[in-house]
Amino acid sequence: MKYQTQKVAYPFFIAALLLFAGQVLFGLLAGAVYVWPEFMAEAMPFHIMRMSHTNLLVVWLLIGFFGATYYLLPEETETELHSPMIAYIQLGIFVFAGAAALISYQFGIHEGREFLEQPMWIKILLTISFLMFLYNGSRTLLAGRRTAISMILMAGLWLAAIFWLFAFYNPANLSLDKMYWWYVIHLWVEGVWGLIMASLLAYLLVKMSGVDREIIEKWLYVIVGLVLFAGLLGTGHHYYWIGTPSYWQPLGNIFGALEVLPLFSMVVFTFYMFWQGSRNHPNKAAILWTLGCAVMAFFGAGVWGLMHNMSWVNYYSHGTQVTAAHGHLAFYGAYVMLNLAIITYAMPQLRGKLPYNQIRNMWSFWLMTGGMAFMTFTLTFAGVVQTHLQRVMGQNYMATQDQIWVFYAMRFSAGIIVVIGALIFLWATLGKAREQRPKGDAHVASGISDG
Amino acid sequence: MIEGLSRNAARNIFLGGSIIFFIIFVGLTAHSHYYIVTESTNHEGLTESVKLGKHVWERESCINCHSLLGEGAYFAPELGNVWLRYGGADDPEAARQGIKSWIKLQPLGVPGRRQMPSYKHLSEEELDALVDFFRWTSEIDTQDWPPTISG
Repeated sequence: MKYQTQKVAYPFFIAALLLFAGQVLFGLLAGAVYVWPEFMAEAMPFHIMRMSHTNLLVVWLLIGFFGATYYLLPEETETELHSPMIAYIQLGIFVFAGAAALISYQFGIHEGREFLEQPMWIKILLTISFLMFLYNGSRTLLAGRRTAISMILMAGLWLAAIFWLFAFYNPANLSLDKMYWWYVIHLWVEGVWGLIMASLLAYLLVKMSGVDREIIEKWLYVIVGLVLFAGLLGTGHHYYWIGTPSYWQPLGNIFGALEVLPLFSMVVFTFYMFWQGSRNHPNKAAILWTLGCAVMAFFGAGVWGLMHNMSWVNYYSHGTQVTAAHGHLAFYGAYVMLNLAIITYAMPQLRGKLPYNQIRNMWSFWLMTGGMAFMTFTLTFAGVVQTHLQRVMGQNYMATQDQIWVFYAMRFSAGIIVVIGALIFLWATLGKAREQRPKGDAHVASGISDG
Repeated sequence: MIEGLSRNAARNIFLGGSIIFFIIFVGLTAHSHYYIVTESTNHEGLTESVKLGKHVWERESCINCHSLLGEGAYFAPELGNVWLRYGGADDPEAARQGIKSWIKLQPLGVPGRRQMPSYKHLSEEELDALVDFFRWTSEIDTQDWPPTISG
């Protein structure tokens, strides 16, 4: 760690990981209700579990992004952070707001738009904390060297905050409500969060592959260009059936299909850079998460998205378990794995150690990734059967659900594996550190891999 | 493919292209806003009761089990066309009473069936408002979605 203030990232990562554990535990509870419908029906109804699950996800991902930004900004700008104090206060507010939302949900206090359930005062606290973060980050950026990585990362975070403001706009007309709701939801996950993802991957590649920054940053511009060229009008694939005009169907088809390109280019980018690079970085677990992130994002967001975002397919599959399958793998691949990659990379430096507990960390990678893949397959099968019975044959919803119970049972089993993997990740990164380097490291480093 | 491109050229393409696509996107949503207000929804028919119904829908977070125009939690039935499923097009009064009494019956307590929580705290006015909201929603021009009445 070259800069003292990078250490502010440490509490961010710890908070993020603890909330991550909470997120998957709520997910497991919700998954159990699908298998045993009366499970906790009185104590915690399904809708409370579900909003806790999704909100914790978004909160911990954002805290992870904040931590990642604080970690890399000093290195990128070659200057200390503007104010560690603002960072700590901002983290305190954000964690308090997230926890307050979670607790109030358990007492039935919430708003009612999906993912935006936070009571108004909590939304305002989140906004204040976000603005403090942007101020702190931007002041640091202005004071030092401006690289493409840091500029695109901060641009992504600024735009995320700007689009978040649509969370405060809730028109009485449901169609308008839904149209602007996607300004937050889609323009985040398929738009500006793509800038965050690409720039964080680029940072990891600069650090671990050893390829010239000039080349990596050129790729970065091409990728984020593809993200926004496809992603902005790709919003059209959410505008098919909510009262918006029919021209969104061809637009959604064309740009929805193009949304695969930036995701595929990130796969090529990460693998090609490690292939080209001469550095033999000892943190193999971080390399695994970096490559895994690009691959799983391509399948989860790209392939599974493409599978049902054509309007003539979506007409039948919209709002079935196919969507749930896509949502799970897309978030896991693109943003969960991204955060875990950064945390795996940064933790050894933050704790002043050489890479540690790598084997355990890689076990968690395969358990979680395998579990999420299995979960996605089962939900996809469930969704296909549901689509046929309910949308083609016209059988009613509840009768259809009875027919696909077996897939929910398999999904729950996969969920147990994911939770075990997540807990092992926490153990590997936060637990007692045992330094581990791959055998034969010196041999490889002597130049044989350079060819 | 990428060798012939300089970093600055890549940056300029990114910035220029993004701005152009963003302007197109905002323009089309502006038009869609106009289309929603004038064509596809009954914007004049947004009575106080429909607004109250939407508020109740949100206060109770129905979307975290049900879906509405295909968006939601997929754990419970689609309600964008629930008005039509209850026969609201032919017999509005029967549909109204049917939906209201179904909500009042919860929780059903049928073993092995997903349990909808109790909504006995909803007033008669709120229940009617909720039904008005469902009725209003069923009239949105959704390009003939969903494909079947089962939602």
